[in-house]
Amino acid sequence: MIEALAPLPVLLPLLGAAGALLASGHPVFQRLLSTAVLTAVLGVSVALLLVADAEGATAVSVGGWPVPLGIVLVVDRLSALMLVVASTVALGVLVFAIGQGAADGQEETPLSIFHPTFLVLVAGVGNAFLAGDLFNLYVGFEILLMASYVLLTLGGTAARIRGGITYIVVSLTSSLVFLAAIGLVYAATGTVNMAQLAVRLDELPAGVQVLLQSMLLIAFGIKAAVFPLSAWLPDSYPTAPAPVTAVFAGLLTKVGVYAIIRTQTLLFPDGALDDLLMWAALATMVVGILGAVAQSDLRRMLSFTLVSHIGYMVFGIALGTAAGLAGAVFYVAHHIAIQTTLFLVAGLVERQGGTTSVNRLGGLARRSPLLAVLFFVPAMNLAGIPPLSGFIGKLGLLQAGVAEGSALAFALVGGGVVTSLLTLLAVARVWTRAFWRPPGQAPAEDTAAAAAADATARRRPDGDDGAGSTADEPRTALQEAWRRHTAVATAAEPDLPPPAGAVRALRPLPRTMVGATAALVALTVALTGLAGPLYGLTSRAAADLLDRTPYTTSVFGTEEVP
Amino acid sequence: MTPTIVLPLMVGGLYAAGVYLLLDRSLTRVLLGFVLLGNATNLLLLSTGGPAGLAPILGYSDPDEINDPLPQVLILTAIVITFGVSAFVLAIIHRSWRLVREEVVGTDEEDRRVAARRATDADELDPDELAPDDRIAGHADSLPRNAEELADDVDLPAGSARR
Repeated sequence: MIEALAPLPVLLPLLGAAGALLASGHPVFQRLLSTAVLTAVLGVSVALLLVADAEGATAVSVGGWPVPLGIVLVVDRLSALMLVVASTVALGVLVFAIGQGAADGQEETPLSIFHPTFLVLVAGVGNAFLAGDLFNLYVGFEILLMASYVLLTLGGTAARIRGGITYIVVSLTSSLVFLAAIGLVYAATGTVNMAQLAVRLDELPAGVQVLLQSMLLIAFGIKAAVFPLSAWLPDSYPTAPAPVTAVFAGLLTKVGVYAIIRTQTLLFPDGALDDLLMWAALATMVVGILGAVAQSDLRRMLSFTLVSHIGYMVFGIALGTAAGLAGAVFYVAHHIAIQTTLFLVAGLVERQGGTTSVNRLGGLARRSPLLAVLFFVPAMNLAGIPPLSGFIGKLGLLQAGVAEGSALAFALVGGGVVTSLLTLLAVARVWTRAFWRPPGQAPAEDTAAAAAADATARRRPDGDDGAGSTADEPRTALQEAWRRHTAVATAAEPDLPPPAGAVRALRPLPRTMVGATAALVALTVALTGLAGPLYGLTSRAAADLLDRTPYTTSVFGTEEVP
Repeated sequence: MTPTIVLPLMVGGLYAAGVYLLLDRSLTRVLLGFVLLGNATNLLLLSTGGPAGLAPILGYSDPDEINDPLPQVLILTAIVITFGVSAFVLAIIHRSWRLVREEVVGTDEEDRRVAARRATDADELDPDELAPDDRIAGHADSLPRNAEELADDVDLPAGSARR
């Protein structure tokens, strides 16, 4: 049965994308189609996970070609778990995007393009998770990157083109490094099949191994945004539409982390670069979170926490122990869900408050208690407040670090605790300013006018602070009127992010968007409730990864690898 | 068969030129740099197939003398991907160029402000005394609608002042 199911997470979204592209003139049909496809992918992924957990790893030869020649898809516990989490959040984000599109119309987020591209992205993610050889992994990366270029520059506004160019050039560079690494791996071993590589790479001289390993790590490190290869991320993510940022934050960096886990455990189990990875993890955590604390924009703050928390996963991988890997895999699953949810909430905050700048937001808790709850629960989860899943993941990683016992591991444990505290500081600041303070204490009561005035102030180099001028400067009513008049006129510029929301600040939130976000918040809470079985699963996955024979046996059918 | 020095030299030269162009500020040069890097990588893949040999066609050449076909397959895939990405980057460059220097004359920012000022300067009245429909954005409750009216008045891009 698994032979029939395994290709579906790649095939279904690709076929769905073709159908959605053909149906671009029929929005209702298109929405139904893409929702149905992603629901089916979720169902298939759950089935794959159940089978993989019961029976261990299985490999499927695509097209019936014998193994070292053809392409294999490998379903083991790790890849099946990643598929389940990824397709769940993809479905949630899709529903959110449908809700947003229904409320906004087509200008900012052209849905007829969005649906096929989003499905292609999901297909690429699925292909990357299932890939059994390095080149297929590369193709999976390219599929998802190509879709992400389109999604990131959706609508083609100046800000998105600017952010998109950074992202595209950096991604292209990482892809070329990856491709060159594949070439060198093939030159050294004569194969790109990962199960075969697991054996043949061991026989190479240590120097060649380290060269190949570091090239692959650089390529995946850029995609996963590991410091010092992370500077592109906070620059390019926040400009995209809310659902796109959410799915990028949840999935794309984690595909890079998945690739690092796979290559570090299967291809290079010696851990020659583990110390380097430890330092990278420490720097990623600390530098990322210091950046987050310095931000006043909610989306940029979340982008920096995203970078920072990648450090936790790299920490677990670098430990190289079963406990460390189990913690890392658990943290990946937790973080995909939590980061996607928080970016969706940021999208809701932008709709409700007209801006994502915490300096200008205020009183959201009173104005929309539901939104406050939707932000508060995942924010505390991100910071690692017990008993939520973020706490469990961090605790598992820190325990693994203490168990490893080296001085560097203890430094990372300290860094992890500091990062957790600073994350709490960063989200608590957002909470107290945007949600908790009374609306009167916000710089301007009328957020719409303030956002519009701020847009004017930004246009003039000598412009005074828009918020202050609305309150206390002595102006005649006429001057005031003119000021607001021009402010609104400028606010109608399509290129400035806040005003578009500012004009619709007082509208109620669309139910579909709130519903999708609430469902994902419920999922993050459910991860807490299911943490026991989930941690058991990730522990078994980690044991498989360290053992390596389940993977190679599934591909070749025997213990002997040709 | 003897190993060739030409391919490694070509690959190295293309990588150097590609990285140099990639670091440029001009997007077109960045794209050219990317194309050079892509070609360098393809040549690198080609050279991983070992020494030169006959075309890998069954029945045409002796299996012992053929070249390794797998790198060529990989190159073919990589070329297709590079081509697609290049086309997309070209579109982005075009879009970026359009945004920076629009060949169609757009709305003049300053002119719009002057127009708005004249409208208010003409009648020096307290907005509170005007009929609601004549008010400028003096009141918060008249804000959203005013934005729409303004959009009609000053000829903003379509759809930018929705609701």
